[in-house]
Amino acid sequence: MSAAPGKTALKPAIGTRSFDLLSLTCALVLALHTPHLPVPLSGALALILGWRWWQRRQRSARAPGWLKIPLLLLLTLAVIAQYGSVFGRAPGTALAVGLLILKLLETETERDVRVGVGFACFTLMDALLFDQGLVSTIVVVLGLLPALATLRAMQPAQLSTSLARTLLPAVALSAAALPLALLGFLLVPRLSSPLWGAPAADQARSGLSDSMSPGEFTELLTDDRPAMRVSFDAAPPPPDQRYFRAYVMWDYDGRSWRYDKHQAAGQPAPVEVAGSVGYRISLQPGHQRILPTLDVPLTAPPGAVLLRDREVLADKPVNDPLTYHLTSALRYRLQPALDARTQRLGLRLPANFNPRTLALAAQWRRHYGKDDAAIVQAALNLFHDGGFSYTLAPPPLGRDAVDDFLFDTRAGFCEHYASAFTVLMRAAGVPARVVTGYQGGYWNTLGNYLLVRNSDAHAWSEVWLDGRGWVRVDPTGAVRPQRVTLGAAAAAGDQLGWYRRDWLQVVRNPWDIVNRWWDQGVIGFDALRQHGLLTPFGIADADTQTLAVLLALGSLLFIAIGLAWALWQRRPRDPLRASLHRLEGKLARQGIVRRTGEGPRHYLSRAARALPAQREQISLLMRSYLQLRYAHHEPPPEPLRDFQRAVRNFRVRNVVK
Amino acid sequence: MRRTLQRLQQWAERRLPALTRYRRPEPLPITLHRHRIYIVPTAFGLGFSALLLVMLVGALNYSNNAALLLTCLLGAAAAASMLVAFRDLDGLRLAQIDAGHAVAGEPLALTLTFHSDRLRQAVRIDLEDNEVAFMLDGDQPTAVRLMLNTDIRGWQALPRLRLWSTWPLGLFRAWSWLHPEQSVLVWPRPEAAGPPPQAPAEDAQHMRLHRGDELAALRDYRAGDPQRHVAWKASARHDHLMVKDFEQPQSRPQWQLDWRQLRGMDDESRISRLARWLNEANSQQRQVGLWLPTEEIGSGSGPVHHVRCMNALARLP
Repeated sequence: MSAAPGKTALKPAIGTRSFDLLSLTCALVLALHTPHLPVPLSGALALILGWRWWQRRQRSARAPGWLKIPLLLLLTLAVIAQYGSVFGRAPGTALAVGLLILKLLETETERDVRVGVGFACFTLMDALLFDQGLVSTIVVVLGLLPALATLRAMQPAQLSTSLARTLLPAVALSAAALPLALLGFLLVPRLSSPLWGAPAADQARSGLSDSMSPGEFTELLTDDRPAMRVSFDAAPPPPDQRYFRAYVMWDYDGRSWRYDKHQAAGQPAPVEVAGSVGYRISLQPGHQRILPTLDVPLTAPPGAVLLRDREVLADKPVNDPLTYHLTSALRYRLQPALDARTQRLGLRLPANFNPRTLALAAQWRRHYGKDDAAIVQAALNLFHDGGFSYTLAPPPLGRDAVDDFLFDTRAGFCEHYASAFTVLMRAAGVPARVVTGYQGGYWNTLGNYLLVRNSDAHAWSEVWLDGRGWVRVDPTGAVRPQRVTLGAAAAAGDQLGWYRRDWLQVVRNPWDIVNRWWDQGVIGFDALRQHGLLTPFGIADADTQTLAVLLALGSLLFIAIGLAWALWQRRPRDPLRASLHRLEGKLARQGIVRRTGEGPRHYLSRAARALPAQREQISLLMRSYLQLRYAHHEPPPEPLRDFQRAVRNFRVRNVVK
Repeated sequence: MRRTLQRLQQWAERRLPALTRYRRPEPLPITLHRHRIYIVPTAFGLGFSALLLVMLVGALNYSNNAALLLTCLLGAAAAASMLVAFRDLDGLRLAQIDAGHAVAGEPLALTLTFHSDRLRQAVRIDLEDNEVAFMLDGDQPTAVRLMLNTDIRGWQALPRLRLWSTWPLGLFRAWSWLHPEQSVLVWPRPEAAGPPPQAPAEDAQHMRLHRGDELAALRDYRAGDPQRHVAWKASARHDHLMVKDFEQPQSRPQWQLDWRQLRGMDDESRISRLARWLNEANSQQRQVGLWLPTEEIGSGSGPVHHVRCMNALARLP
């Protein structure tokens, strides 16, 4: 139905405006995808785009035909060389963006442009699969505007405007479409399980990992992106209690600490609690299954289990922002009685590593006898007074890493201290383990929540003391107390980038609130939240059917509003004409209907003849109408009001024959 | 495929009068309203819907809410564009159609005058294979010129016109049929070659008379005549100015064309011969009179006279 037969063959060539707008759309798509495309590929595509735009604009010429096939082959080869395949999310996207740009080379007809716009819309959505943050969503929506404007620019016979102004109607259309779009967004039933495999987790994404070797946190500690946001049911705990537990690591091989998931499974260790705090965490996706919890969690949220060492493990990796509510104890006694197997685990050290450390620990043990707490204090004193420093750029360590750190370099950050401390404790015969997670965070007073960034990642130790259970010991605090009380930024001092300065925080805090709102309200709006959507209206669990019915009803409502707008026609505001119309209505009830093309004078004379009893009255009305209409440019107000009154008072007297 | 579609369309016109009610001829002016504007998605619109569906399923599958929001926004914008397409035609008024002149077999120019209360862009009108796009502003009427193919002489009813638009995005096509109850007169096609008309005897006499009398070439002064054409001597004998009429070629005799003289020919051949003579007379600016069985037109010349004669020929049964 798109065109009558015989006209499709004409293939009208497109104008410069449509091509410019399509090029702009493609440029936006390319810009959106640049962060995850290989740099040479995006550079080459940008060059092709720019050249093609210039070539068609300057020469209004077609791209040479021999160029297309080699470029296509080159693109495919480049993608295969980079990713090893053309299937999958990243290579597929690279290929799609490349094809979109190459499509410009053969864009000459309206049909080409339409295909290009459709494809551009698809690649715009594709960009959201990589990053669905607020900024990239806004940029994607901005990318829609030139796409819509391209379609509009292809229509014939329209007002010519500047390039910027052609975007305005697209803005208006999108704005008008927004309410319906939001309705659809709220009510389109979400899938409870995906139809096909979700894209493979992006492993490169930083976050806590299930192993820790001193020195590897550095990247994480300079990553300023939010890791999670925590809002507390009651007052937030003091800064030195804001420890968020993620992994508990037992296995040390001389170089790195490892989390062993087989070891972790089992009944949660018993805990004696004095007071608890409830809180809600919005976690950014880290593609891990472990959920950070405030030390020490008492329950696990739905869809997750509580492990042996009171870590919380989700049923599947967190690939999308996740919000969960938990209760934790701030003062507790964890596992007051230690079984023999656990004790053995907590004392295990690799053989033939760190002889000097072992010697030091043995010396302490001899000195303090059976007093484990005194040994702990001795280690902390060593860190505090032994000339240790806190730095994010520590010197490299050799094979006996703990020896090198404790006796030679004496510079490092939380990982080094936690690792060295734990090795010292084990060597001295005190059961100990490493815990990683987050510590601190920034209290956002505007939004009343705690913002924890990736840079707040932290490692500390837990030692088992008789009668006190597992006790958290943060050796980093002994070296740099600010790390615990003021946070990572204060501890790092000038080692961090300019963007961590105080004055910027003023801007960053409201911005983070918006991001939090977006993450929780839009991205985190999942099947579960959707089902609870109608709770305020008395529907506890809105199932798919209810949602579909509501969606249909809402759409009908919007269709009605839209139709009302479409059918509404602006009548010219002409009171004189309206008055005459009213008079016509009165006369028409007596069968004196104004004919098409009949002038007021003729019509009213006819009416006067038909109603002899009111001839005078009708003639008077006719004369004043003609006077008002034709004697002045605009009818003067006073006589107009008289005429209106006369029409209002006019009654057709029924003639009794 | 196309034949099937055509047959389906014919069946629909026969069976669904409600759908085809506005395909019957109707008097001008014709105002488009919601009962007579139809909307269907274009091929691109269907393709775009498929794309939206793919995007929707993808967004739901990856539970990517931002992508879902984008898809919803695109879908809603597409739906809104349907209403815009409707509004592009709704309330449009075809007020008047002026027909030009054309001989059978040549296209005839139609000038359609549209009225609109607001700006409408990218409105298109189809007449057979002829498509014109135009824009209306709300202030003044817009004239649209179309070419109508003609076939035979005589009254030819205007065919159905299709007014349509895919404004603004090309996703939906709103259209309406206009079938004005109006006919255009198509002139007969003149024959290619043939004998000149026989000059009757009295005409020859008349010609001689003209040639002998000088005054016959003089006429009254009309405003705008050049001064050097004024015949001063002759004017002196009259009480008003006389002008030497150079426009009147003395050597061209008047033609009195007569249907009855063309014996032994069928009607259409007579008509086409008369048409040729009329054309020749017009191009030679010759005085010409015409006698037809239906009417008789006195001698005269000029475009109006020519149109009158040709119309009379065209109207012959």
